[in-house]
Amino acid sequence: MNIRKIAVPLVAIALFLAFWEALVWINGWPRYKMAAPSDLPQAYWRFRWLFLEMGWQTLWRTVAGLILAVIFGTALGVVMGFSRTMRDALYPLLVGFNAIPKATVVPIIALMFVGQHDFNTVLIAFLISFFPIAVSVSIGLSTLEPEYRDILRSLGASKLTIFWKIALPKTLPEFFGALKVAVTLAFIGTNLMEIVSPHGRGLGALFDSGRTNSDYPLMFAVLIALAFLGIVLYYIVVALERIFAGWADRAPG
Amino acid sequence: MENTVEIRHVTHAYRTPHGPLPVLNDLSLAIPTGAFCAVVGPSGCGKSTLTRLIAGLMKPDQGQVFLHGEPVRGPRNTVGMAFQNPVLLEWRSILDNVILPLEIVAPRMPRRDREARARELLALVGLEGFESKRPSELSGGMRQRASLCRAIVHKPEVLILDEPFGALDAFTREDLWQTMHALRREEPFTTLLITHDLRESIFLADEVVVLSGRPATAQYRMQVPGGTGRVLDDLYTPDAAERLNVLRHQIQIAQGRAEVHA
Repeated sequence: MNIRKIAVPLVAIALFLAFWEALVWINGWPRYKMAAPSDLPQAYWRFRWLFLEMGWQTLWRTVAGLILAVIFGTALGVVMGFSRTMRDALYPLLVGFNAIPKATVVPIIALMFVGQHDFNTVLIAFLISFFPIAVSVSIGLSTLEPEYRDILRSLGASKLTIFWKIALPKTLPEFFGALKVAVTLAFIGTNLMEIVSPHGRGLGALFDSGRTNSDYPLMFAVLIALAFLGIVLYYIVVALERIFAGWADRAPG
Repeated sequence: MENTVEIRHVTHAYRTPHGPLPVLNDLSLAIPTGAFCAVVGPSGCGKSTLTRLIAGLMKPDQGQVFLHGEPVRGPRNTVGMAFQNPVLLEWRSILDNVILPLEIVAPRMPRRDREARARELLALVGLEGFESKRPSELSGGMRQRASLCRAIVHKPEVLILDEPFGALDAFTREDLWQTMHALRREEPFTTLLITHDLRESIFLADEVVVLSGRPATAQYRMQVPGGTGRVLDDLYTPDAAERLNVLRHQIQIAQGRAEVHA
């Protein structure tokens, strides 16, 4: 059973790579037109130090933006979750802000803070990812059944105690659901900025330099590195979810 | 005898967009210390409002609610509540769920004493061995037992039960009725039970109060003997049948479906 669990996905990946390799080989595409999987190890080796350095840049900026999004998004969600007035006031603004395709905000931020690569990248990662967190926290808090509040309120517990002991833990599954979306969004934000910024840094900038040179092996190597980083970040969130909200994951049956 | 709970001439209306909705009308009710009072009445007649008034979660428009002769001004930690939904916290074990009120009421109480108290109650309701389970691992009846333990863990003077057995199947419900008597034998508390089940009311309560339709007032009162020594067989006697019949008739009057006989 365990061997099957590992073997099936591995065979699927191998088949996919073989199909890709065959496609390039049959069409006879040169390297300035398309890269084959066999080109990638060479690209990684050639730019190994760049990959490490740029990968680190992309990673820390994404995480920094995400942490800001968690802090701000949670605070906003709490305010909206507890005050009807604030919810009515802020919801249309938030929905409107979220409706703007972030690809259009990226050049504006890039221009506003030109040269400040770290700042504008973290800023866009934050801007793009706080929305789902704010919405899910506010919905989690505002849909708390009154009985849950009453069991502590009838004992004379303060609002803060009720928030700490009941409302906050009860919202954690929704929070982590949103964080999984936010982590992917923040990653997109970081890369958009790195690609658009002139003389940028990070994996996005490495991708851009591959693009200007029509270096397909480098571009695909960056794509796969990005996928790898994205998967790592996602599973870190999943691990945190297991630790802090594992109780919401009911055993089957 | 002293009355632990006393409701004097309470009138209350909810403000709605369509004007005030009167729910209670000059309702008076007294529960002697240690007694068990069941309140029955048609749906939506303000029974749950009554529980919130006694718990101090709401203030009546007119009239007053007294606990031990003192007017209720807000929530107080001498009250315990259980609802139809057991509202257990999924992220806590059964033991920690039962301990929860002690964290508020007795923050200085050592963890060991809290646990001992919770274990004692859980054993009393037949949940020994389930202390470390999560609520989702328990059946509905077991969750409701844990919810009852949580409602009385801090030794409240007043226990307010808002249809706690309403969502359970008939057999489980009867089991819990007996558990309720067992708890009353061990723990001193004064109980107000809101229910739709007339059999439940005459099995558990010392006094059954029938509320009229909205706005509700106390329409009929019935004393039931037997205390905590009652057994399920008592429900299948001519006396019980007669009582149920009387109550059923009173409910029909409350619903406006029957004439009041002289």
